[in-house]
Amino acid sequence: MYALTYHQPATLPDALKSVEGDAKFLAGGQSLIQAMKLRMTSSSSLVDISKLSELKGISVTDSAVTVGAMTRHAEVALSVQIQQAIPALAKLAHGIGDPMVRNMGTLGGSLAYADPAACYPSALLALAGTVQTNERTISADNFFVNLYETCLKPGELIQSVSFQRPLQAAYIKFKHPASRLAMVGVFVARYKDGVRVGVTGCKTYAFRATQIEQLLGQKFSPDAIEGIELPWSDMLSDIHAGAQYRSALISILAARAVEQCLSS
Amino acid sequence: MTTQTIQLKVNGNTVVTQIDPRTLLVQLIRDHLKLTGTHVGCDTAQCGCCTVHLNGLAVKSCSILALQANGQEVTTIEGLTQGDELHPVQNAFRECHGLQCGYCTPGMVMTTIQLLKHFPKPTDEQIREGLEGNICRCTGYENIVKSVKAAAGI
Repeated sequence: MYALTYHQPATLPDALKSVEGDAKFLAGGQSLIQAMKLRMTSSSSLVDISKLSELKGISVTDSAVTVGAMTRHAEVALSVQIQQAIPALAKLAHGIGDPMVRNMGTLGGSLAYADPAACYPSALLALAGTVQTNERTISADNFFVNLYETCLKPGELIQSVSFQRPLQAAYIKFKHPASRLAMVGVFVARYKDGVRVGVTGCKTYAFRATQIEQLLGQKFSPDAIEGIELPWSDMLSDIHAGAQYRSALISILAARAVEQCLSS
Repeated sequence: MTTQTIQLKVNGNTVVTQIDPRTLLVQLIRDHLKLTGTHVGCDTAQCGCCTVHLNGLAVKSCSILALQANGQEVTTIEGLTQGDELHPVQNAFRECHGLQCGYCTPGMVMTTIQLLKHFPKPTDEQIREGLEGNICRCTGYENIVKSVKAAAGI
């Protein structure tokens, strides 16, 4: 890791003032600290936002669930409110990493880091999420722009994230056995006016599988998407899976997600 | 390099020292405090050998800056024993031969303590899921699962 100074501001205004130059916000650190250890990224200043009360809390309305950016994965997984309002979201959080990673990792950190294999990005897209920062409200479809890159500006801080409550939803993840990240992860959410499908693990950033959305919108059934193979020329190939294999998994996992929706 | 002050409790004892801000929690524990029961295995947050408790919650100390624990309480494997008396989970691992080389064992024990808080009488599935963040290369996990059940009294 390159040299850095560490700050732990007590208030949100202090935190926003501390960020200058290449400074980064530090939430749970489960992605960022590992990346810095490998020198994949560096920052001369880390601003630890874990003490900021403005970034905590879970609230539920008839139409949406809003979660503070510092909410740990374990808290989302165990939240009775979220289990009742959007059970698929609580289950997604429960499946992230392992118990230790879930005690530290946060929703805001996961979205801001934008790991191409992270689970939350697929949920943000499928649940028509909006990201509330200290400067503006960003819709899910505009949030992810490139590998490890979001539209957040330097010094812009995610404060909370809202997810629209679906009629039915499910998330199926094909886990890498050691890291437990998604080799392919598919989040299916059904609304009155259509279906949204968020896919992670396949491209440089999470995306919506619009072809699958349209077919499921016409008929919400696993056989509606049987044999569908999304074009895979821009999908990731690595030692774990080739691009074509990932593409094949998308429709299979989407079909399983639909089955789970229908059987619950 | 400018050091920063850290103050925290480790196994009930107050520790105040100056560290390079890059110091990981596992480095503070092992190199500064000489508590070498916590191990570094993969160093990439997968194997769980570095598991300790931060404010009573199991965390991977190779993935946390020591300063993130500033003002807080850390418990390591050494903090579990009362004098000569092993913690019940340690005793269960000993009785059930839940270790061979022992490298993963402190991490397994620390995670098991949290697991049993959530599931006092866990099923096999809950045990194996609860230990997903701890990898063992020796035992094939059979006796580890038995050790957890013995610790749970089932």
